[in-house]
Formats: sequence, structure tokens, C-alpha cells
Amino acid sequence: MAEAQIKPLTLNFGPQHPAAHGVLRLVLEMDGEVIERADPHIGLLHRGTEKLIEYKTYLQAVPYFDRLDYTAPMVQVHPFVLAIEKLMGIAVPKRAQYIRVLYSEITRLMNHILNVTAFAIDVGAMTPLLWGFEQREKLLEFYERVSGARMHAAYFRPGGVHQDLPAGLLEDIGRFCKSFPKVIDDIETLLTDNRIFRQRTVDIGVVGAEEAFDLGFSGPMLRASGVAWDLRRAQSYECYDELDFQIPVGKNGDCFDRYMVRMAEMRQSVKIIEQCIERMPEGPVLVPNHKVTPPKRGEMKRSMEALIQHFKLYTEGFHVPPGETYTAIEAPKGEIGVYLVSDGTNRPYRCKIRTPAFVHLSAMDRLCRGHMLADSVAIMGALDIVFGEVDR
Amino acid sequence: MNQALIDLGEYVAAALPGEVSEPRVALDELAVWTEPGSVIKLLTFLRDDQNCQFKELVDLTAVDYPEREKRFEVVYNLLSLKHNQRIRVKLAADEQTQVPSVTTVYSSANWYEREVWDMYGLFFSDHPDLRRILTDYGFEGHPLRKDFPLTGYVEVRYDEDSKRVVYEPVKLAQEFRSFDFTSPWEGMLHPPGDEKAQETEEGDEA
Repeated sequence: MAEAQIKPLTLNFGPQHPAAHGVLRLVLEMDGEVIERADPHIGLLHRGTEKLIEYKTYLQAVPYFDRLDYTAPMVQVHPFVLAIEKLMGIAVPKRAQYIRVLYSEITRLMNHILNVTAFAIDVGAMTPLLWGFEQREKLLEFYERVSGARMHAAYFRPGGVHQDLPAGLLEDIGRFCKSFPKVIDDIETLLTDNRIFRQRTVDIGVVGAEEAFDLGFSGPMLRASGVAWDLRRAQSYECYDELDFQIPVGKNGDCFDRYMVRMAEMRQSVKIIEQCIERMPEGPVLVPNHKVTPPKRGEMKRSMEALIQHFKLYTEGFHVPPGETYTAIEAPKGEIGVYLVSDGTNRPYRCKIRTPAFVHLSAMDRLCRGHMLADSVAIMGALDIVFGEVDR
Repeated sequence: MNQALIDLGEYVAAALPGEVSEPRVALDELAVWTEPGSVIKLLTFLRDDQNCQFKELVDLTAVDYPEREKRFEVVYNLLSLKHNQRIRVKLAADEQTQVPSVTTVYSSANWYEREVWDMYGLFFSDHPDLRRILTDYGFEGHPLRKDFPLTGYVEVRYDEDSKRVVYEPVKLAQEFRSFDFTSPWEGMLHPPGDEKAQETEEGDEA
């Protein structure tokens, strides 16, 4: 008897599914329980950010970046302000650089806490999420104290940061840094040697170094494959070259290594934050060039010129000299870059946002093939995707 | 850093004469121009050559310049982890040009090219799966083109009567306003009626 041809089963996963980390529609072609092909359908959260930015002044475009990756808001703004500063040739004051680094690392902690614990819940561990959220809430409080907003801070501005740190904040962040490593230890005791967690993650979604290059991986995804590449070290920006930190690297490039890399990165971030607090210099947090940054409120009450500058800045905005730049930073999820084209007016001509999650998700098909259905959830959890930045 | 980039640009231009033109370093970033026909050859060279080793395609995008003869500029941003360098490869294309897909060189180009196709309507030949990616199923038009209106052409709402989502032409309660805040005085060195100031300036110089 001739063997019957069995048509692969097509399974629709999402777009509303808690393990999809947002609105992902995944069309899976299954052979029994084995995935033969994964076709992610994205764009359900597409808001046309890049188009909108073309119609806004540079300053008005800043808050859009906070909304890209809503689990790690501040770092998204960073490449954009760096790109503007590069085109305009502005050097940011030292204190502002340290504050930016301090908050970049706080953001990295926020992102990794959420990712690691949400990943744990995907593969069946409930408790880390509850523990993690308590810590994340403390970090969001630091956001609020410095910018007034818990998430969408719009705190990094071209020329520095919006406001100086309030009194007592550094001490509180320092206190947090003392207590937080204990929480990382606690989460690790629940996960790292947990038999179920290991069974679900070890040797799942393995990517070698060469393949990772081909797929365009960056950040923890690349480091888990054994490549010691970190933009903070390799193409240092702000004051990262003055700080002492290590780059954790994985060995096997599987989901477990990605988890381990993120855990180790959290410890390094705490170290960086402590150094920032220790070395925080005094001085201004914005460049005094009032064509780019607003004058002080007190000045505006007395000086006509300051008032005019303030008005012009918030209506017309500032003009960026013609040119183009690709500026990238190391976001918690990987390399986030902004390809900014300026035509010399007060609006960006083109602002392409290169987000790590988009690239990582495009590798979904390659990662899932030959794995079981349940593994696709583990792979997705370890990819660290957020749809705000995939769909833009 | 800068000198290394200039050297690299000259090296690439010398290795592939006629296919790469005018390496230019601006703001510490190297950019080279190429032709649609040479892009695969150039990117393969950049990936495999010992002195280049641009193993990652970091970004692929396009820019629309409607006033140009070839309105689109396709931009490839490459990264060499070995040499810690970046290079930008650019080529010009119009709606009719078929840019060869570079998915055979870099797998990560797959979704980027789909995105450019979706947003700009620029066709990539030999792409394995050139579908729309970010816009809605059945969407028409290419939103990032400069002649596509910011509001789009259609809007969606849930229709209670037919119990489904319906598409309707965009109705704006007020006309779309694009404010021009550009200062007419910016860069005007001698405003009219200010001849006196001009005279004193000249007097100062003398």
C-alpha cells in the first residue's frame, strides 16, 4: 500500500495569546507536534512612528521613542538624541552623561527583570514574576522621581537630560543597589538549577556564532552564542569607557544561555550604577546653548531674550545641519540604532529606527524548525521581543 | 578611526573598480555608492574579504526623494565585529528598478526587504517571500513615500450593524494642518530698515 501523504496541520497562534508577548500572530505548520515552518505575522501594533516623526520637530519626536519598547523606555530615546547631537556637533556635559548612563543601566535592569521572569512564567515558573515586579516597581519609582513619569519619561533630551536629579535620589538608588543582588540570587535559586526550567530551555533554539551574524543578532542574543560584542565597550558612547564592567558571554547559544547572560548582565548593571553614583560629577545637565535647550525658568522671568528663545524652541524647534548618520547604542535587547537623515530644516527628513526585536523575531522560523510546539514559547520568551518596537 | 575609514573606503573602491564609487567619510561614518547590478557582488566582497569582514547586515532601509530622477535611495548599514567598523552602502533606484535581493548574502535582509517593499513599493528581485509585513492585510499604497498623506486614505471602525470591521475613506473633522514654524528671519543678516546697524558694522570693520 502506498504511504498516505499527510498534509501538515496549520496552527494559528495568537494574535491574542499571553505567551506571544504582545500581538504576534504566528502561523505554524505542524507535523504532529513538531514545527515545520513558523511564519510570524507582525504589524498588528504598527503605528507609523517613522512617518509621524517626519512631521514633527526634533523635540516633539522624542516621546515617540519612549513608546517603542515600553518595557525599557529611556534607552530607546538615547540613539535618537545621540544622532541629533552628532549632526549638530554638541558635546554633552559630563554630569548629563553620567545621569544618562545611570538611567540606561536602571532601564537595563528593568528590562531584564521583566524578560527573565516573564520567560520563567512562559515555561511554568510563577514566583519569579511576582518577586521581579516588586523590584521593577522600585525602579519605575526612580524614573518617576527624576522625570515625573513612571514609564514614558522623555527624560533624555538633545543636549543632555531634562532636569537635574532631585535631592536624595542617588542615596536611594545606592540603597537599592545594596539590596538588589540578593533578589537576583533568589531568582537564580528558583530557576538556574531548577530541573523543569533546564529541561525546557537547555538545547532549545541553538544558534552558533556564524549563524548569529548571518541572522543579524545583537545584544544578549549574540553574546549567548559566545561572541563578546557589546557596543558599550566596542563603540563606547557617553562615559562607558571610564567605567569598569564585564561582558558576560554564553557558550551554547541556547535559551538557557540567553537567560544566564541576562542574569549576569544584571549584576554588571548594578556595578555600573554604583560606579555612576560614586563618580557623579557636579555641573550642568544641559548644554548652555539655548538654541537647542530651553533656558531656565528664572531666567525667562527676567530676560526678554530667554523668553524668545524658549518660545522659538517650543514652536519652531531647532534646525539640524544637513547630513545623515547611523547611531547605535547597546539597548537591553540588543543594538538599537537610528538612521537619521536631516535636510537642514527643523524636522527630520527620514528617521529609520533599527530595533533589535524586529531582527530577532525574523529569525523565529530558523529557530523553531524541528522543535516541539511548546518550545516555540520558550524560544520566543528568550528572544526578548516587545511589539512596540517590532511594529513601530 | 577616521583615517582607517578613509583607507577602507579606498581599499574597497580599488578592489571593485567601476562597481563602487566615491567613498566618502562624513561625521566619522563611511558611505559608498554602488549600482543595483553590483550590490550582491559588493556585499559578498565586504562580507568575505579579510580586511572587511562585514559579517552583519545591521540595517537595510530606503529614503524617498520625490524630486530626484531615481527617487529612492536604498541604504545598507553593515557592521564588522572583527575590525569594529561600520560601512554604509547606498544605491539609487526608482519604482521600476528591480533591486536584487541580498537575502542570499545576509539572511537578516529578508524582513528588511519586505519592510522596504511594504513602505516604499520598491521591488526586490529573487526575494524568497516578498509580502507586505507591517501594514494591514489588503492594505493599498506605500505609506512612507513622501506623497502618501500622513492620515492615510482609509480608516477602520467596528460596524455594529454588519458586526464586522469596515473600511471607510478618511473623514477629517478639520483639514489636516501642517504648520510652518520656520523663521523667515533665520539667517537674514541685514533685515530691511536696519541700514544704520549695517553702517556701524562696516565702520567697525574699517
